Amino acid sequence: MSVFQFRLDGSSGVPPYLQLVQQVRQGLLLGHLRSGDQLPTVKEVVASLAINPNTVVKAYRQLEHEGMVNARPGQGTFITASIEPVAPGPYARLRHSLEQWVRDAHAAGLDDETVTAMFASVHSELRTEGAA
Amino acid sequence: MSTALETRDLGMRYGRKWALRGCSLRLPTGSVIALVGPNGAGKTTLLQLITGLLRPTEGTVEVLGRDARTGSAEALAQVGFVAQEHPLYRGMSVADLLRMGRSLNLRWDRPMAERRLADVGIPLTQRAGALSGGQQAQVALALALAKRPALLVLDEPLANLDPIARRDFMRTVMVAVAEDEVTVLLSSHVIADLQAVCDQLVLLKDGSLQLAGAIDDVLAGHRILTGPRTDAEPPVPGLVRATHSDRHTDLLVRTGTDRPEFHPAWRSHPVGLEELILAYLEQPTEIAR
Repeated sequence: MSVFQFRLDGSSGVPPYLQLVQQVRQGLLLGHLRSGDQLPTVKEVVASLAINPNTVVKAYRQLEHEGMVNARPGQGTFITASIEPVAPGPYARLRHSLEQWVRDAHAAGLDDETVTAMFASVHSELRTEGAA
Repeated sequence: MSTALETRDLGMRYGRKWALRGCSLRLPTGSVIALVGPNGAGKTTLLQLITGLLRPTEGTVEVLGRDARTGSAEALAQVGFVAQEHPLYRGMSVADLLRMGRSLNLRWDRPMAERRLADVGIPLTQRAGALSGGQQAQVALALALAKRPALLVLDEPLANLDPIARRDFMRTVMVAVAEDEVTVLLSSHVIADLQAVCDQLVLLKDGSLQLAGAIDDVLAGHRILTGPRTDAEPPVPGLVRATHSDRHTDLLVRTGTDRPEFHPAWRSHPVGLEELILAYLEQPTEIAR
């Protein structure tokens, strides 16, 4: 029995292989996954999500390329890296400035949807410019 | 990577009308191929040419290097086919259908078919006509897979199935891909269901091929450009479709690079599979090539 379970959101617009990669990354960040943990086998993921096996293989290959997992032939795929959780100092500082920004946005009359859209738009803009 | 399916200048004419023409494709083994297009695009014609149910008017079609036009027993044995509405002999029991399959096929893996049916809780004693739509689809699929085909062809397998039955059906198909390395070609109207299951896309419209290739490559080769509204059709190379709202214009363009040369006021975004397919299906055919 694997310690980790993948999900799939068909309406998110994020390619399925990337959803799998992101969930492992997030699992590491949140501490749900630790070095030495075994990921489900390709067949287990296929049977639980009704997903193309090539997609799972692609996600695992990407994770291996990024140094997060190690595929041991005949045994399975294991977590090797642990992403350092964000240090308490920067975490508190970033959270504080984000809180301030959200308060400003609400004070200016922006609703939740606009706030989320604005964040997503700035984030994707910076990412396409290679700045984030 | 070896080739599961290859067509060259494949064409089929009914009377004076070409249902399919000039179709050249090469698809790798082990892939799951989505065949999409509006009604009357030639999807079923293409599937029937591949399964040997039709003989082409012109061109060639090969499945794993074997000419599919001959209708030889060897050529037929390597293709499993589930037709639209997954028809079964309604009066026969599931066990009878399995027995009939054994005598009609060169290869027949009955234990595997029984295991698949047990996995989805279908009793062999049940009459096919008494099964639910989703269960009938599973039986048709188990019969097609019992041939141990190298290529599994599914014509609109998800139509008329409820969401749970759809997921269960695709789960069985995907497990077969993982376990038996079968190549799958499926036609579908349900575009939203394709992204998690397919890795190759073939898009047909009005009997001609609009787009074919690995889905990741196809998506990487297109961008959406958003900018101020322009009434004139912008002279952008590779323009697939322009949509205008009051204030802005969205252009779907075919491009090699991440950021095509265009006015800096235009922003470039990646495109999703569903949006891309719909854009190609909506555009007038002549712009396509």
